[in-house]
Amino acid sequence: MRFYEYEARKIVERAGIPVTKYGFCQSAEEARKAAEEIGGPVVIKSQVLSGGRMKAGGVQFADTPDEAAAHAEKILELEINGLMPVGVLVDPKAEVKQEYYAGVVWDGTAKKPLMLFSDMGGIDIEQVAEEHPDHVGRGHVSNLFPVGDYEAKQVIAATGVTGSQLNRATPILARLARLFLENDMTLAEINPVAELTDGRFVALDAHMEMEDEAVGRQKQLLRKDLGIAEDDTRDHYEPSEFERNVKAIDSADHRGVIQGKDHGFHGNLGLVIGAGGGSLTLTDAVRSQGGKPANYSEIGGNPSVAKACGLAKEVLMKDGVEKIAVMMSIVSNTRVDIVARGVIKACLELDRDPAETIAIFRIPGAWEDEGFKILDRYGVEYCDRSVSLWDAAGRAVAKIQGAAA
Amino acid sequence: MSILLDKDTTFIVQGITGREAVNLARECLDYGSKIVGGVTPGRKGRVVHGVPVFDTVAQAIENHGSQIDGSVVTVPPGFTKDAVVEALANGIKLIVVVTERIPRGDVAEMVELADLKGARIIGPNCLGLIVPEVCKMGGIGGPAKDAAKSYKPGSVGVMSRSGGMTTEISSSLTQAGLGVSTAISIGGDAIIGSTYAELMPYFEADEQTEAIVIYSEPGGRMEAQLSEWKTVNNSRLPIIAFMAGKFMDDEEMQGMSFGHAGTIVEGKEDSANEKIKRLEAAGITVVERIDEIPDAVKERIGK
Repeated sequence: MRFYEYEARKIVERAGIPVTKYGFCQSAEEARKAAEEIGGPVVIKSQVLSGGRMKAGGVQFADTPDEAAAHAEKILELEINGLMPVGVLVDPKAEVKQEYYAGVVWDGTAKKPLMLFSDMGGIDIEQVAEEHPDHVGRGHVSNLFPVGDYEAKQVIAATGVTGSQLNRATPILARLARLFLENDMTLAEINPVAELTDGRFVALDAHMEMEDEAVGRQKQLLRKDLGIAEDDTRDHYEPSEFERNVKAIDSADHRGVIQGKDHGFHGNLGLVIGAGGGSLTLTDAVRSQGGKPANYSEIGGNPSVAKACGLAKEVLMKDGVEKIAVMMSIVSNTRVDIVARGVIKACLELDRDPAETIAIFRIPGAWEDEGFKILDRYGVEYCDRSVSLWDAAGRAVAKIQGAAA
Repeated sequence: MSILLDKDTTFIVQGITGREAVNLARECLDYGSKIVGGVTPGRKGRVVHGVPVFDTVAQAIENHGSQIDGSVVTVPPGFTKDAVVEALANGIKLIVVVTERIPRGDVAEMVELADLKGARIIGPNCLGLIVPEVCKMGGIGGPAKDAAKSYKPGSVGVMSRSGGMTTEISSSLTQAGLGVSTAISIGGDAIIGSTYAELMPYFEADEQTEAIVIYSEPGGRMEAQLSEWKTVNNSRLPIIAFMAGKFMDDEEMQGMSFGHAGTIVEGKEDSANEKIKRLEAAGITVVERIDEIPDAVKERIGK
């Protein structure tokens, strides 16, 4: 789950890291008031889950409350990379002496969080790491032992930062690492950490992402402290009708799992495939052999007839779909006969001939003999494990190309 | 020969009274695996397919009369960490974590503790491992009669991030007459107990294994780690890799998630095509098509 900047700032503040006094506003009037309270020049930032805000005009500076209100009005209407902001953040225009970067991410190979610090903040850390590697300090922290301040100090000192700057930056990085672990984050960044002209260190911008699997146990933070609603899924994009329908079918029945996606897919061959690795392999195989998938789907975990039928129907009803291919890697839990029953039922309910509509059925494994009997009865072409996933995909493609010609 | 398991391996199933776990226990017992106990807190005294159930791991070990080698952990995600720590605290050295959707902080904690205890974790979110005709630990291959169809003893070690594809690939090796030495479903999550590179030394030490096949997906740096291991160590084993999910490299698919947490393409570094380049540079054969695996293995081992 991604957080808006105003939420990330709150998370940082909650962990004891100093921030400037900021206001989250949803109208021009609120922005004017926030600017009045702050006093002096302010910056107005669009609250949108997208990068490139500055370039898109989503960050503006204002010297007076009137100017702040005028900017807020425009930014609140400004779409950035297809997304509308949920509000604006009004922040004092800080008198910055030096900008730093502090971040914590997972290192999947070391299986530990990795602390990162740079004395070149305010810009893209990947660019700094590439062009000025000696300006980026790194250090893993334990998942078992408490994060010590000394560990953060080592990372910061490695960039050459010393004196009072070292001692002021240390608790910021250490606390960031602790909040990362305690709150199940997958990313926690403060960029920039600003050293103000008066010597204070504050977080001027923050970027946080929480592990989706942990949302259930972070209720205190999400629901109470940040007031995020249960149904706020923060999708990267608006789900299509197909995706919404498949989701509804999946949640109507607890047996098995189906997932359907069709963003980026516009073909004529519907896919009822699964699961996990099999779906990735089959989608590649269909495309490599000149096929045009209409969707990407996953089906597994021993679904009911209703689920297999529901997914097949949704796929068949999608615009432009001529045939479906029903394919999986060898199954042990999911029953071949149940999937066969489901997809044939889908054809019949839509008044389509299963033999014509199902380009190929390649699901070998549990209860396959029973499944093959059903397929025989309806004249559907099927194969066993002696036909590879690649060849099965190829047969489906050949058949739909034959039909199109 | 084989790795991690042999005919004498004993293990328990934590969470044995759950619906899926009951099936898993049946499948493993039918295959000949030695399940010497089950653990479900509050269910002491029950019996699952002849296996006695206990409240704690300690009770299971006491009943067995000597140390138990492994545990299959299949409990809900919120309880998994505690179950794994319990197994580790009781001296169990091989833990297969079946449970999906465990936050990676919990996984990292278990793995770090396992390292301190000299134990090995396979998974989470995996189907376990199998030594054909000897032992299977986890749901891998399904019911014993199905597992017997897909897995015949042979010379190829298999490691896969996808449980289903472990069986698919092993079955194709079996059909081609090559067979499998040990097959491991390592799990598809961003952080797992045992990566390809971490398991390679075991296969390296196993005389029966003549080649390795890996199944891979976009996301993560596990393939980069394997490439580095292969380059640094003078391994005798040829490695054949298959990379799924190439379609995710396309412009319109960027940044989309396709189910497995581990397949979220987080950047160019993790894309299928970048991984293929890196594997090939390390001397690993990357086949274009899934059905080319058996021939590629034969070619590399000169059969």
